[in-house]
Amino acid sequence: MTSIVPKEQSSESKKDFSTEEHEDFRLFGLIAFLIADGMTFAGFFAAYLTFKAVNPIGPDAIYELELPLPTLNTVLLLVSSFTFHRAGKFLEKNESKECQRWLLITGALGVAFLISQMFEYFTLPFGLTDNLFASTFYALTGFHGLHVTLGSIMIMIIWWQTRVPYGRVNNENKFPFEAVELYWHFVDGIWVVLFIILYLL
Amino acid sequence: MTISLKPSNSPPEKLQPTGWLKYLSFSLDHKVIGLQYLVCGFLFYLIGGSLAGAIRVELISPLSDFMPREVYNQVLTLHGTIMIFLWIVPVVNGAFGNYLIPFYVGARDMAFPRLNAVAFWLIPPSGLMLITSYFINGAAQSGWTAYPPLSITTPAAGQIIWILSVLLLGGSSIFGGINFIATILKLRRPGLKLMQLPMYCWAMLGTSILVVLSTPVLAGTLILLSFDIVAHTGFFNPSLGGNVIVYQHLFWFYSHPAVYIMVLPAFGLVSEILPIHSRKPLFGYITMVFSIMGIVVLGLVVWAHHMFTSGTPPWMRLFFTIATAFIAVPTGIKFFNWVATLWGGKISLNAAMLFSCGFIINFVLGGITGVALAQVPFDVHVHDTYFVVAHFHYIVYGGSVFVIFSSIYHWFPKFTGRMLNENLGRLHFVITFIGFNLCFAPQHWLGLNGMPRRVAEYDPQFQLINQISSVGALLMALSTLPFLWNILQSILYGAEAGDNPWNALTPEWLTSSPPPVENWKGEAPLVLEPYGYGEKDSNKTQEGMK
Ligand code: HEM
Ligand SMILES: [Cu+2]
Repeated sequence: MTSIVPKEQSSESKKDFSTEEHEDFRLFGLIAFLIADGMTFAGFFAAYLTFKAVNPIGPDAIYELELPLPTLNTVLLLVSSFTFHRAGKFLEKNESKECQRWLLITGALGVAFLISQMFEYFTLPFGLTDNLFASTFYALTGFHGLHVTLGSIMIMIIWWQTRVPYGRVNNENKFPFEAVELYWHFVDGIWVVLFIILYLL
Repeated sequence: MTISLKPSNSPPEKLQPTGWLKYLSFSLDHKVIGLQYLVCGFLFYLIGGSLAGAIRVELISPLSDFMPREVYNQVLTLHGTIMIFLWIVPVVNGAFGNYLIPFYVGARDMAFPRLNAVAFWLIPPSGLMLITSYFINGAAQSGWTAYPPLSITTPAAGQIIWILSVLLLGGSSIFGGINFIATILKLRRPGLKLMQLPMYCWAMLGTSILVVLSTPVLAGTLILLSFDIVAHTGFFNPSLGGNVIVYQHLFWFYSHPAVYIMVLPAFGLVSEILPIHSRKPLFGYITMVFSIMGIVVLGLVVWAHHMFTSGTPPWMRLFFTIATAFIAVPTGIKFFNWVATLWGGKISLNAAMLFSCGFIINFVLGGITGVALAQVPFDVHVHDTYFVVAHFHYIVYGGSVFVIFSSIYHWFPKFTGRMLNENLGRLHFVITFIGFNLCFAPQHWLGLNGMPRRVAEYDPQFQLINQISSVGALLMALSTLPFLWNILQSILYGAEAGDNPWNALTPEWLTSSPPPVENWKGEAPLVLEPYGYGEKDSNKTQEGMK
């Protein structure tokens, strides 16, 4: 019942219609997904901005945020975008040792971001249900943090899969690498928007 | 007309689970997945229909004597949610989209077959979950719109299950949308230009853009709502400083596009069916394409016409009234194109054609009440009355569901290799058409006279009209019988259909019925003029006259 198209054969039929006659459309599909994901954030941002505009949370509520930690977070993520890009350059040149090293750094930066975010959560003077601002703050940063968590896990998987000779990701099979890289840049971009809207505005 | 069938060098036929068992498997074949969507959707339609029956029985008398009010609310919520998220959206998009789009673009399958199968298999569990919530602790009671604070104050368990299930269905819809966009834009057979695609491809492209842009917003909103219910945050809870209007904006940012997600694919299907059964090219191909894209763009900026009574400021009312009025223009263009396609054609009044014509009539009526509703002074009076119920049933049932039946009559020979019985089909149409109009036309009157929607009890002065409406509903229920009988009978004993019983030109007919696993034995045909009917037919008649 579960025997579907056998694997070799289905990839053969792929060949006859996709690899030869069509450019690789997988990245295209990923971009469509990221647009959808971006719309989820857009909804959250819209909600946050409307709340802020029309729902005053009272004079005694605390909502001033400290800037140093989130600024550090921004730097961490921006640098990690750069290191991922570096790793990609080495993958192209088939220097897998270097590529793996930069990937590891990227993953470490992602984890560092998460730790620092956790630290911020514990030091903040408000909790999830304190007021509308607090709830929206946690929802937005939490949803973004979920993305960073998934991204870090995927980076580690890619790191594991780029090892020579057993890994399955290499210069010939680059798509998984490119996909995670694109996703990571996307998550970074979202953070920059979030940082501006939530902390600076 | 150009159809070039190049010599065959296709791969050998693939191993697949055979027989009906393959429809229960995690199949990657787009045709199997399409039929899985169709049958699964139809089963949910029967459930949703029974719930509608229960609603109409309750409304025979002014008191809530058939079921308690809480149960009425649950039935109402389940009915709406099932019909929208488990029947119309999966069938007009998932079923026909998966079956037809690869044919139309000349591909052997969808761009992401695995994602496709996942998208389908999300549906049965979420549907079952939704229905079982009724038996566990009571289903959600706040309608398909789940407006807070109602959705926060009614029993939490049912509402949470409702949210979870709609989230899964939304995910399924997004996966499907991504797949359609990639397939239509990236998997076209070489030599086939966008402007040569059958109209359903354009409709699905537009719909999928709406799905990808708007469904995630609903997902985010429902996640926030679930926080309000479970963690007692106050996003949408006024007593905790939250704002219910923000929920309404976010919800309708999805759900107005959602009404187009339900009806745009139906537009596309009708545009395929009319030319074939009237032997004429589709009128105004280019204007059709532009009006679809116009609807997509405008459809994203009219949502607040659902909120005219929610304290919307005047400038907002003005903007959304005007934008909504504009959206009637591309819709009107499409209507006139269909009429012009029929005009002077050699029309065969078979079941497919009848249901499509029924669609055109009902849709115009629903469109007119829609434009009326977009006028603030009028809407303020009839908002949340049965007038709105009548409006959207004219569009979702009179429009989309009529098109689904039309499409089943049209493509059944391709799906199964057998013909349906046309006379039973015509009978089905006549009962459905009468029943539908009898059920919903009187509701305009109810609404204009102030009967609110979503309430189990009503003022006794409305009783007679409600009873007429219930008789119509009974007819609609009965109309399912000839249909089901026809389907069962024809699957077993129907006449052989042959490859192309309608003499159609679109690529799904240029292969056997049912088609082989990779759609064509040989290379995919290159159909450059999917609607080139006029010339061919007039040639034929000329030959016949000689
Ligand atoms: C000609 C285009 C249309 C116009 C101008 C229009 C306008 C409107 C307006 C103004 C309302 C709000 C009424 C109120 O709640 O007071 C409404 C409700 C509704 N419309 Fe339409 N509409 C159009 C087409 C459609 C289509 C194509 C569909 C579905 C396929 C649809 C489905 C609905 C639904 C489901 C509701 C009720 C939602 C609810 O409150 O539960 N409409 N329409
Ligand atoms: Cu609307």
